Amino acid sequence: MVTRRNDEYRDATLVGELAARIRRLSRRPLRIMEVCGTHTVSIFRHGIRSLLPETITLLSGPGCPVCVTDTAEIDACIALARRPEILVATFGDLLRVPGSRSSLERERASGADVRVVYSALDAVELARRHPGREVVFLGIGFETTAPTVAAAVLAAHRSGIENFSVLCLHKTVPPALEALTALGDLRIDAFLLPGHVSVVIGRRAYLPFFERTRLPCAIAGFEPVDILQAVAAIVGQAENGKPALENAYRRAVAEEGNPAAQRVLAQVFAPADARWRGLGVIPASGLAVRAAWAAFDAARRFSLTATPVPEPRGCSCGEILTARKTPPECPLYGSRCTPGDPVGPCMVSSEGTCAAYFRYHDASAGG
Amino acid sequence: MCLAIPSRIVDLRDGKAVIDVDGVRRECSLLLLEDAAVGDWVIVHAGFAISRLDEEAARETLALLREAAARLEGRRSGGETPPGE
Ligand code: SF4
Repeated sequence: MVTRRNDEYRDATLVGELAARIRRLSRRPLRIMEVCGTHTVSIFRHGIRSLLPETITLLSGPGCPVCVTDTAEIDACIALARRPEILVATFGDLLRVPGSRSSLERERASGADVRVVYSALDAVELARRHPGREVVFLGIGFETTAPTVAAAVLAAHRSGIENFSVLCLHKTVPPALEALTALGDLRIDAFLLPGHVSVVIGRRAYLPFFERTRLPCAIAGFEPVDILQAVAAIVGQAENGKPALENAYRRAVAEEGNPAAQRVLAQVFAPADARWRGLGVIPASGLAVRAAWAAFDAARRFSLTATPVPEPRGCSCGEILTARKTPPECPLYGSRCTPGDPVGPCMVSSEGTCAAYFRYHDASAGG
Repeated sequence: MCLAIPSRIVDLRDGKAVIDVDGVRRECSLLLLEDAAVGDWVIVHAGFAISRLDEEAARETLALLREAAARLEGRRSGGETPPGE
C-alpha cells in the first residue's frame, strides 16, 4: 500500500543515488526538453537542475496547456463570455490569461457570467440547473483533460441536456514533438515525456514519433525520484548510442494507455489542425468536435471564427515556449510582467515557465 | 492544470468513487476507468479517475532503486558489501 504514496519518490537517499548515477554516466552535453507544465514546476520546486552535472541542460517546452493557447482563441472565449445568454464555465487557470484586449476575469468583473469549475461534469450540472442559459465549457488541455470533456458531452447527451456545449481548444502532444524537432534553430537531443498525458495515450502512442526521430525519450512521473530516474534513463541511452522510448513511470503508465479514455475521446473528438502559441499551426495537433456531436460544439452553435491577432507587445512567450529564451531574457520579466500583474500567459498560469522561474528560481539556482 | 494526484478509493456510489485525498473525502467520476474497486489507488484528474496505480510496478521500481542506493552507500563507506549481496 505504502509503495503508492508519493513520499517514497522524494526519498533523499534515492535522489542522491540517482544524481550520482547521472553524474557518473554523463560525458557529452545533452539538451533534454520537458513538454509538461507539471514537470516544469516540479523541476523548479525540487531544485532538480542543481543536482545535475553541467553537461545536462533541461529545457522547458510547450507543456502548459493554457500558455500554448493562442491569443485569438482566448479572444473567442472572451467573445462568448460577452454574450448575455451565455454562462461560461472554465478551469481557473484560464481566468487571468490576457486576450488581445481583455481577460475572462475582467469580463466577469464587468458583469459577464463566468464560473470556475473543477470538472467538466460540474459544467453539465450548471446547465441542468440553469435551463434558461446557454452553458459553454472552455475545453483547454492535452490528452489528459480532453477525455474528461468528451465524457461530459456524452453525459449531457445521455441526460437530454441541450443547453450545454464545449468550445474545443484541446491539443495533442505527439504532433507537437514532431514540430519541435523540425525547428531548425533549436537543438533538442532528447525528450522527457509527460506522465499524465501518457497515462491516457500509453507508451505506444509515441512509437511513430520515436521511430522517425530516434531521439532518446523517457516517460516521467512528477516526483524528484521519477524525474531523475527518467533523466538517468535518457543519459544512459545517449551515452550508449542506443536511443529508446522508455517508460520510467511504470506504476501509472501502461503500454496501451487507458483504452476507455481513448475510446471516449475518439467518439466525441477528431484530430484537427491547431495553432500553438510559439509554434504556429501544427497539422492534426488539435481536436475538434465530430460532426455527429455538432449540437455540443460551441464554435458551430455560436458561429465563432478566430481571426489571428499578434501576441502581447514585448512578450516573449512564443520564444519561452520553444526554449529559445529563458524568462530573464524577456525585457518585461520581473519589471512590467510579474505574477501579480502578468503580461503573457507564461506568467499567468501556475504551470507557466515564467511563473515557475519567478517563484522558485532564487531558491533552486537553476537556469 | 495537469496536476493529478494519487488518491485511494474508499467507497463506490452510483458509478462514482469516493476518494481520500490527504484525509479529505471527495467524489470522482469513474466514466474513464473501468473496473475500479475499493482500496485501489488511482490518479484523479479534473474530477475523473484516469489510471489505476500498479502496485507491483511501484514496488519493483523502488526495490531496484534502493538496491542501487545500498550499493552506492557500500562503495562510499569503504567498499563494504551491502547486506544481501
Ligand atoms: S516574462 Fe511575461 S512578458 Fe515576458 S515572456 Fe514571460 S509572460 Fe511574456
